[in-house]
Amino acid sequence: MAELAHASVAELGRLLAARKVSAVELAQHYLARIDAQRDLNAFLDLRPELTLAQARAADQRRARGEDGALLGVPIAHKDIFVTRGWASTAGSKMLRGFMSPFDATVVANFEQAGMVCLGKLNCDEFAMGSSNENSAYGPVHNPWDKAAVPGGSSGGSSAAVAARIAPAATATDTGGSIREPAAFTGVTGTKPTYGRPSRWGMIAFASSLDTAGLMTQSAEDCALLFNRMLGFDPQDSTSIDRPAEDYTRALGSGVAGLTIGVPQEFFGDGLQPDVEAAVREALRVYQRLGARLVEISLPNAALGIPVYYVLAPAEASSNLARFDGVRYGHRAAHYADLADMIKKSRAEGFGAEPKRRILIGTYVLSHGYYDAYFIQAMKVRRIIADEFRAAFNQCDAIMSPVTTSVAFGFGEKAADPVAMYLADLYTVPGSLAGIPSMSVPCGFGAGGRPVGLQLMCNHFEEAKMLAIAHAYQRETDWHRRLPPGV
Amino acid sequence: MSLALADVRRIAHLARLEIADAEATATQAQLNDILAMIERMQRVDTTGVEPMAHPLGGTQRLRADCVTESAERDRLLANAPAQEAGLFLVPRVVE
Repeated sequence: MAELAHASVAELGRLLAARKVSAVELAQHYLARIDAQRDLNAFLDLRPELTLAQARAADQRRARGEDGALLGVPIAHKDIFVTRGWASTAGSKMLRGFMSPFDATVVANFEQAGMVCLGKLNCDEFAMGSSNENSAYGPVHNPWDKAAVPGGSSGGSSAAVAARIAPAATATDTGGSIREPAAFTGVTGTKPTYGRPSRWGMIAFASSLDTAGLMTQSAEDCALLFNRMLGFDPQDSTSIDRPAEDYTRALGSGVAGLTIGVPQEFFGDGLQPDVEAAVREALRVYQRLGARLVEISLPNAALGIPVYYVLAPAEASSNLARFDGVRYGHRAAHYADLADMIKKSRAEGFGAEPKRRILIGTYVLSHGYYDAYFIQAMKVRRIIADEFRAAFNQCDAIMSPVTTSVAFGFGEKAADPVAMYLADLYTVPGSLAGIPSMSVPCGFGAGGRPVGLQLMCNHFEEAKMLAIAHAYQRETDWHRRLPPGV
Repeated sequence: MSLALADVRRIAHLARLEIADAEATATQAQLNDILAMIERMQRVDTTGVEPMAHPLGGTQRLRADCVTESAERDRLLANAPAQEAGLFLVPRVVE
């Protein structure tokens, strides 16, 4: 069915409602597409019988008179979300074969809406990475150029949507793990306000930064999905208690009269000319659509990387302390005593990047260093967050590149952890401020690899941000371009 | 601030991570690169600035102390590396 191959979530919902296709047919269609593109290594766990059982249940619900916009629409979940039916590994050997006794709230929300789970998506181990080269289950390949990384940590999610082997996918963003892979693979990647989506069942990396979000084909699809995804969850201690919203309500509002802030610090040294050219052209499109550009300054944004690489590893060292080989996860086969069992289980179960971050985190929290590193980083975090708050007094949205370059090749940065961390340069400041931000495809750069435009809005302004992105996507077709062979 | 090999071993012990000798040297170099990168953040004047723990200023929510879940023991034991009689098994702790 040709029209299914590249259908958006919105279009699939309409086809299902019109009974032009059943949920079972759709599921079979996507399972076949997934199978045909196994070389991407986007999926970690596939259970066709489970997927088809969910699809049959959706068809039965429709037969009984239900008609939600997402009923029967397929979705895939980043392996950082626990699921009862599929294994949950967080991309790590530590959790090989782990079967969760419960579903993450985000997963349960979509299942209640009748969405059909296609399987679990590959990611950097414990969401730590910017290239999906840190997965214990092999790297993911960029559908636009298989010699290139898809970005990380949500590389499986971005590759799956780019290759249209899933119409949409859940993902998570702690320092850029949705926006950067979205930019590298030419899909729309959205991180909501921190605390807006539930973290219950999301394997924890950095608790004050981790935010669930989506890879979609468009801002419109994202808005549709956010309506079921976001909301207060009493099981998440940092969940924001705010009324539910309709994120599609402002989609058609356009950008006439809007002010867009362009932070000069995000266009400095290190930004590659091909990325800058595509982003500046996108800004000109916004001007043609009636928006006004203003130069703004976020003077301490550059400190985002060192602040993030103190806070996130510190929080990770605490969150990953639970993996001790006692109640679940990898346990070493040979050890002298309990202490030895724990040390060996952790050394064997974790890959190099989680170990590095645990060690840095332990150090910055340790006696004698806590004030100079951790407390200091928390203070500089506030300085950065305050600068964003002040900037939003001057503009409705901030726009910038997402990354300094297009997707890099395998192995290019893997040997140099600090070089890899700098891939997060433009995304980390927004993470520290907890603001909603997204990447929208805006063209191509060197080697025909995609470029992303970053949009950032103030807390709780997801509907406005999606409307601003939608205006661009009505005017351009970058988000509809398909990788070769897709 | 540069880490010596002894510091790396001490931190690894705190983190309950076994670290082989060959690994320790490479790890020391990488950690020092990361610490050098972090250094410029330490020089920022933060006098009078409150540390930020939660990006939206959230505070810990409390709830009534009452049971809201039942334990499904079999499900919770399903991933146990070793178990017996409904209990997690570990090497002897007390001599």
